[in-house]
Amino acid sequence: MKLMHVLAVAILSLGLAACSKPTKPDETTAAPTESGAAASGVGVGVDAGAGAGTATQLTPQQQALAAIQQKNVVYFDFDSSEIRSEFVPVVAAHAQYLVKYPTARVRLEGHTDERGSREYNIGLGERRAQTVRRALLAQGVAEAQMTTVSYGEERPAVEGSDEAAYAQNRRVELVHAQ
Amino acid sequence: MQSTPATLKSRAAAVLLALATLLGAMPGHAQLRLDITQGVRDAVPIAVVPFGGQAEGGENDIAAVVANDLRMSGRFAPLERRDMVTRPTSGGEVRFEDWRLLKSDFIVVGRIEPDGAGLAVNFELHNVRTGASLLAQRLPSTEKGLRATAHRIADLVFERLTGIPGAFSTRIAYVAVDGKPPAQRYRLIVADADGFNPRTVLESREPIMSPAWSPDGQQLAYVSFESKLSAVYVQRLATGERSRVSARAGINGAPAWSPDGRRLALTLSRDGNLDIYTLELATQQLTRVTSDDAIDTEAEWSKDGQSLFFTSDRAGNAQVYQVRLDEARKAERVTFTNSYNARPRMSPDGKELALVTLDRGGYRIGVMDLASRNLRVLTNARQDESPSFAPNGAMVIYATRDGGRGSLAIASSDGAFQQRLSSDQGDVRDPAWQPFATRR
Repeated sequence: MKLMHVLAVAILSLGLAACSKPTKPDETTAAPTESGAAASGVGVGVDAGAGAGTATQLTPQQQALAAIQQKNVVYFDFDSSEIRSEFVPVVAAHAQYLVKYPTARVRLEGHTDERGSREYNIGLGERRAQTVRRALLAQGVAEAQMTTVSYGEERPAVEGSDEAAYAQNRRVELVHAQ
Repeated sequence: MQSTPATLKSRAAAVLLALATLLGAMPGHAQLRLDITQGVRDAVPIAVVPFGGQAEGGENDIAAVVANDLRMSGRFAPLERRDMVTRPTSGGEVRFEDWRLLKSDFIVVGRIEPDGAGLAVNFELHNVRTGASLLAQRLPSTEKGLRATAHRIADLVFERLTGIPGAFSTRIAYVAVDGKPPAQRYRLIVADADGFNPRTVLESREPIMSPAWSPDGQQLAYVSFESKLSAVYVQRLATGERSRVSARAGINGAPAWSPDGRRLALTLSRDGNLDIYTLELATQQLTRVTSDDAIDTEAEWSKDGQSLFFTSDRAGNAQVYQVRLDEARKAERVTFTNSYNARPRMSPDGKELALVTLDRGGYRIGVMDLASRNLRVLTNARQDESPSFAPNGAMVIYATRDGGRGSLAIASSDGAFQQRLSSDQGDVRDPAWQPFATRR
């Protein structure tokens, strides 16, 4: 819990620093989204060092989580939902953790680059998330441990309209809770 | 963890307040502004003379609003004010030979007068060559309602000269995003068709997408991820009252209203596979329409409400299909030009589809005639998307990218011109043009 708290605060402050356009106080979000922003940001904004600094206080599970979270993004080729060979070990490490800790939960967030139609990209992102889900399933992870969500092109990891940016945005983030 | 969100929220509020204090003035809503990027060939020259009874240059400058609307349509080239030698405010004051020299084909003049507790706006439209009066009306108004009256005048002038009802009194919905990833702020905004009077309908730190107007123009359906998962909401604009109409497991997306306003077509996912459903709003009765293994999404209703057009990659890449809402529910492919066609949107007369097409390496807006299947490409950028017809069918609003930022643009349905609506802050995207039903 402590780790998650530290991470959440780190990410939120990161988010606030990046949010350069304040709005009127009476216009702040009506929706309860702060926790959502923190949770879904874990995949991108985490500096693994933040977890390592408090490692002495962590349970074995938290340590295992901190270790696998150093690599928690699977990237994809254009118009593809195949897991590239270099990310097979990444998925395997997450699978091992989830099998070892059956109460652990993971959220698979599928994303695309910005090209093409938005709702269709929601479909492509979902297809990528499902590919990772099936890979985890095949390695013994229980169905109940996983949820998927697709953000399509709505939540890019980086800004930019070049191939370098696109390559970083075509991804599935494995976001762990618990 | 349970107490964390509240703590974070108050902390966030404190930081925002501090920032706001530091900056002094806080930015308002994203305001759209028409950028004239090119002169339009064959645009009709028209003089819209500053109206009498009001100072020139203010936000409510009627002639400026009318001229801007006419310019936005791409069919008119309003005369610059600095070229106007005189300021007639009624037809009797117009010396037509002066305006012939200025090469204006038509002239609009008018004045504002007190009228009881409110105001009245008189305006006249004349043919400069013949001197004939084409329109003369007196419209009741108020100080606050002057922009609306100006849009009404533009509608009437546009209709008198083109035979097509003007769409300047309608509104547009769109999504504005600011902040850098991953900490972005999403706002659903409704503004006048010329970008003025932006009003935030919903604000969230999670994505908002796909706003869709109800046929009566009173409600918006949209997708919001505010609960961390996608859900479809319906919101009544006058009251702000909203309801969550679909938050099923998996994807809830791409809402589209049936022509009678009773049903929504939706995209839902089962086992990660996206299919089209219809949802009866009053009863919540859900009917599955497609059950293909592919991505089926972005449904749009035919004008008679008997079939849906949608995007599917069942043949390997995205194409548009049509499925009849009968027992057989057989889907037929309707796009064959280009390797990518998506996001069909029906024209107000039901005869054409606007869509996103991959044309010579760029994602562009095309319009396909349903009878002939001919596709004409309206735009020429690399990432144009989300087309939506104006309710008079004369224009299509769409999203494009401009210097790395999302912006909105308008193209004439015949492809003769495009004009950009630039935003003074953030990315703007996902435009939807309000239908006509709300007109007084």
